This record gives sequence, C-alpha cells and structure tokens, in this order.
Amino acid sequence: MNNKIKRILPQLLTILFVVFVFGFFTINAQVNMDNRGIDFGFGFLSQEASFDMQFTLLDYDGQDSYLWAYVVALLNTLLVSFLGIIFCTILGVVIGVARLSQNFLIKNSAAWYVEFFRNIPLLLQIFFWYYAALRALPLPENAQPWFGVTYMTIKGYYIPSMIWENLNVFMSCLIAAIVAIIFLRVYAKKIQEREGKQLPVLYISLALITILPLLSFLIGGVTLDFEMPVLKQLAQTSFIFEGGIALPPELIALVLALSLYTSTFVAECVRAGIQGISKGQKEAAASVGLTPNQILKLVIMPQALRIIIPPTTNQYLNLTKNSSLAAAIAYPDLVLVFAGTALMQTGKAIEIVGITMLTYLSISLAIAALMNWYNKRIEIKEK
Amino acid sequence: MFKHLKQLTSLFAMIAVLFAFTTEAMAKKSKTLKNTQKKGFVRCGVSQGLPGFSNADASGNWTGIDVDVCRAVAAAVLGDANKVKFTPLSAKERFTALTSGEIDVLARNTTWTLSRDADIGLTFVGVNFYDGQGFMVRKSSGITSVDQFKNGISACTNIGTTTELNMRDFFNSRGISYEPVAFEKADEVVAAYDAGRCDTYTTDKSGLAAQRTKMKNPDEHIVLPETISKEPLGPVVRQGDAVWEDIVRWSLNTMIEAEEYGITSSNADSMKTSDNPQIKRLVGAEGEMGAAFGLDNEWNLRIIKQVGNYGESYKRNIADTGILPDRGPNQLWTKGGILYVPPAR
Repeated sequence: MNNKIKRILPQLLTILFVVFVFGFFTINAQVNMDNRGIDFGFGFLSQEASFDMQFTLLDYDGQDSYLWAYVVALLNTLLVSFLGIIFCTILGVVIGVARLSQNFLIKNSAAWYVEFFRNIPLLLQIFFWYYAALRALPLPENAQPWFGVTYMTIKGYYIPSMIWENLNVFMSCLIAAIVAIIFLRVYAKKIQEREGKQLPVLYISLALITILPLLSFLIGGVTLDFEMPVLKQLAQTSFIFEGGIALPPELIALVLALSLYTSTFVAECVRAGIQGISKGQKEAAASVGLTPNQILKLVIMPQALRIIIPPTTNQYLNLTKNSSLAAAIAYPDLVLVFAGTALMQTGKAIEIVGITMLTYLSISLAIAALMNWYNKRIEIKEK
Repeated sequence: MFKHLKQLTSLFAMIAVLFAFTTEAMAKKSKTLKNTQKKGFVRCGVSQGLPGFSNADASGNWTGIDVDVCRAVAAAVLGDANKVKFTPLSAKERFTALTSGEIDVLARNTTWTLSRDADIGLTFVGVNFYDGQGFMVRKSSGITSVDQFKNGISACTNIGTTTELNMRDFFNSRGISYEPVAFEKADEVVAAYDAGRCDTYTTDKSGLAAQRTKMKNPDEHIVLPETISKEPLGPVVRQGDAVWEDIVRWSLNTMIEAEEYGITSSNADSMKTSDNPQIKRLVGAEGEMGAAFGLDNEWNLRIIKQVGNYGESYKRNIADTGILPDRGPNQLWTKGGILYVPPAR
C-alpha cells in the first residue's frame, strides 16, 4: 500500500503541475485578451486573404481564404525541405565517403568542406547565396544560355517547360516498367538462392526502364514539346523571360544554403557509420573473395546504415526547421506568409503562432516516424 | 438552495460595486500614465530606421517626426522630452508589441485603417503624416507613369503592411500580372531592388523618398507621380486606457495647433503674455488644460519648448534632410493643406 502511494504520488504531482501551468497560461492569456478587446477564434481562416504570393505550387489567388494560403505556404515549406533533404543526402554521402578516401587530395578537400560549411552560421550562408552570389548573376537581357536552353538570371532560373500529349500512356508505361523491375528482382533473388546463379539485374532493369517508355513515343502516340523561355521587354532597360518555368532565386538560394550546410553533418554521420564497422568485417569479406564494391554494398553498408540513420534523422529534422529562415530572403514559406503576412493582416497572434508551431511539430514527427520505420526495417533481427 | 442564491447575489453585488469604484478611480488616473511616471520614461515603438520618421544616428540618438510625437508625450507627462525608451520594431512585430504591453505608444509610420482600429485591440489617436502609396523605378527604364507597367513586372515590398494589399488591388484592377517579392525588413527590400531583383519598389511615397537616399546611387531612381492609395500615418495606443489615449492625441494636436498660432520653441515663453486667449491656453497661461489628464497646467508649454511645433518638426526632420521639401497635404488647413485639429480649449 505504502509502496503504491510512493509510486503514484510523484506522477500525480507532475500531472497536477502540468495542468496547473497550462491552466495558468491559458487563463492569463484569456484575461489579457479580454482586457484588450481581442477575440480568440479561428473564424478568420475562412476569410479572404487578399494578398498575393510570389511562388506557389498550387493555384493561389488573393481571393482565396487564409486557410488556402496556409496550405499553399505549407507546400512551399515542404518543397524546400524535400529538395534540401534530397541534396544534402546525396552530397553528404559523397563527402562522407570521400573523407575516408586513401587519396590525400580528396580526403583533405572533403575535410575542409565539412569544417568550412559547418562552422558558418546558416543565416549568414543564406544571406551570402542570396545577396552576394545570386546578385552576381546577370540581368535577364545579358544572360547567356546554360545548356543552350536555360537561363540563370538575377530574377531567377528559367527552364523550358514540358507540354505532353497522352501523358497517361507514358505514365502507364513507366509504371509497368517499374512493376516489371520489382518482379525481376524478386525472381533473380529466388534464382540466386536456388541455383547460386546471378542474373544481370541492373542491365535488364535499365533496358526495361528506357525501352518501355520509348515504345510509348513510337507507337503509343505520346508526344513531348518544350516551351522555351523567351526574353520579353517590359521597359527600356527592364526585361523578363516569358514561358517555361521560372525558379525564383529565393528558392535556389535557400535550397543551396540548407543542403550545403546540412550535408556537412550528414557527411560526418556517414563517416562515423562506416568507421564504426570493425576492420575484421572487411578483411573477412575480402578473404571469402568479395570484390571491394561488393564488400561496401553487401557487408559494410547494411551494418553502417544502422549507425547512420538515427543521427541523420536529426539532421533532416534540423533542415526542415531551419527552412523557416526563408523569411529572411522573401521565399514565401509558412513562416513568412502565414506567421508573417497573415498574422499581420488579421492580428490573430496566438491562433496563428499556435497553428504554425503545431504544423512544424507534425512535420517533424512525421519525418521522425518515417525514419524510425526505416531504421526498424534494417536493424539486426535477433533470431 | 434559496439561501445560497441570496448569498451569491450579494457577493455579485459587492464585486460589481467594487468594480464600479475601481473604474471610477482609473478614469481619473490612467494606469499607463501611472506606470510611465513610475518608470520615468515613455516606452515608444518606432521603425527600424526610416529617415525623416524614426532613424537612429551612429551614437543612438533617434530623430524623426514619429520620434517627436513620443518626445512630446514624454515632455508632457515627465517634463523631459529625452525620457523616451525607443524600441525598433518591424512591420510584423509592431502591433503585438503594443497589445502585449511591451510599449505604450506606437509611432511607426502606421496607416490608420478600419480593420486595424476595430479588430486588433488598438486605437489610432490622430494623423501626423498624410501619405499615399507610390512606385519607384530605375530612371534608365524609361518608365514615367504606372500606365507603362506590363505583365510580368516584379515588385519588391514589405510584408505585413497595407502596401501588400494595395499593390494587389492596383495590379488586379488594371489586369496586370505581377510577381510580388515581399521581405520582412525594409533594408532587405531596398537591397534587393537596388541589385535589380525587382523592376519596381512600392511603399508609401514618403518611405520611397526616404529610402531613395539609402540607395547606392539615388539619382538613378525616380518616384512615379501616381498615388494609388490613401495612407494616413499616425500614432497608435492600446485600447482600454482612454486617458492615455487622450494624452497622446492632444500632445500631437498641441504641436499642430501651436504652428497654427505661430508658437515656436523659441517664442513659447513670451507667448504667455499674449492677448489671444487661445494662445494663452496653448502655453498653459489660461484655463486648466491639464487637469483632465491628471497633468499639471504647463504640459503643453513643455511640448512646444522642448520639441517644437509641427512645422519645426517637419522642417528639421523631413524638409531639411531633403526627403520631401514640399509639404503637400501636410500643410496647415489655413495654408492650403489638410492639417486640421480640434481646438484645445
């Protein structure tokens, strides 16, 4: 009995304390808001937003509601986070492996890269890419084409857009190819387990994924046209590219800064993971006749990933949260648009900051859940 | 049951009476005024640096016509125009800072609109600058009127301002598609526009004129003649303290009316013996003009002596700095402008 109380009492007190703190702040906020004549409520979400956004993935117009502005801004945040995570992973793995290279030059440049980008504050790097690096780009009228058809200018990166006909046929072919490849891999594994024979899976897969979509062009009636960006004069010295797709410099600067910065941390995670595997593993693998490539792919990496994934998840979460620095360079992300403009126009500070905090929390938890699931999948299964 | 009800009603009655007394007492003495006098300085929210309105020099001295409103309040309630603590705020932060009680006066080139006045728990006390939104372009572009704007034009501006909304109304009503590039800080907007990121920079015309002086080469830019909106800029206070609201309102009014009657910082003392009773009221030599606020009788004299009248403030901050030498609508009603304040009597 006594023991039971001893066990429960601290927990009870903790709960009471939490409830008390929350209650105090809620009541305090309510009283203060009442005194100042501020209403609390989420009715504003259905009101017309009446401001425009520079860059959106879905159709948005000032006539849409604040709720829709929130969704569109959230997508912009997710876009930056997604691109940042992809690039920082690729770069991080390359740099991490390079740090372990036997080549003096590669090893040391990778080390310098990591030390350099890791130790400069991220906000400064964003400012550097936006205000210094991108500012050095030419105005649209002076821009020389890159790869013949794309233009990098101070007003953004202009690339041709694709105009498809019978896109669905092409997509079905692509999906068919992917399904075929999955079956092939399963089949190849069975063959290897039964007969010890290895099928050239990679070559067959490559062939499948090129030939099937190609066939859709030849006999499926699929056509693809490109709309090129064309220079247009707005005034004597003011030009712009029309047509094609325009990637705003704000997006480019942000993705660049976020992925360069975060890739250094990912690189260190990768290095730690590989170095965490004992030398004996490698030597044992070599002694049974595996090639260096096979050793990396079949012996080192599966074990290293277990060490790499958890800290890398942290870096992904950091990148996502750091993307809110977008506000400094006019990229219309959740913080700039929703916790900025919308907050200003409505004056609903508590509601909007609350929604924004919950949103970031949800994104972070979702990424963490995904990575945990992946981690579970590759972790050692005790038999 | 009934016994309890009776007790409850008497309790409510007592609370109501108590409440009535406290509000009665508060009307005489404003809570904000009391706090300000206890602290010994006026807490004033200003911009992060807009020449002519509120701008700090290298040694941290604030000047500008918005700054002068806060100095006038300090002179009135504390007797010293220098007893002001300035808090630089972005457009986004300003209203929250005021409603949360971090500052007591917001003098930050803020446009008076219905929704701001009614919704957010703020009260506008007057207008110290009549402005309107305009556009700045590079001279070399050859654009001389907004009629020459074409589809695809990119416009740099601030977030969280009426500018963002006016811009949309303007381009939409003309059917022009545009790219809005909205930054949080004014300095970032100027840097981006100056570098060529945008074809035009839009904000209040006074702001354009002031920011132009910060450009790499001010002569390369012009402000287009069109004005696309009304922007009455004025000081703001928190809702719910009527006395404090009156003090700020009449501090501003005093400056404007002093100019109307020719009272300046240098002749204010000698005006005490004027024959005109209205002048005498403005320098505290007649009537009890401070009693209603809980202030002494010379509060307005101190404003004029220490800060000067509106004309002096305008000349010192806006005309002599070359921002807008022409007073335009910000001239007294007696001289063809629209500055007209109720009489202090």
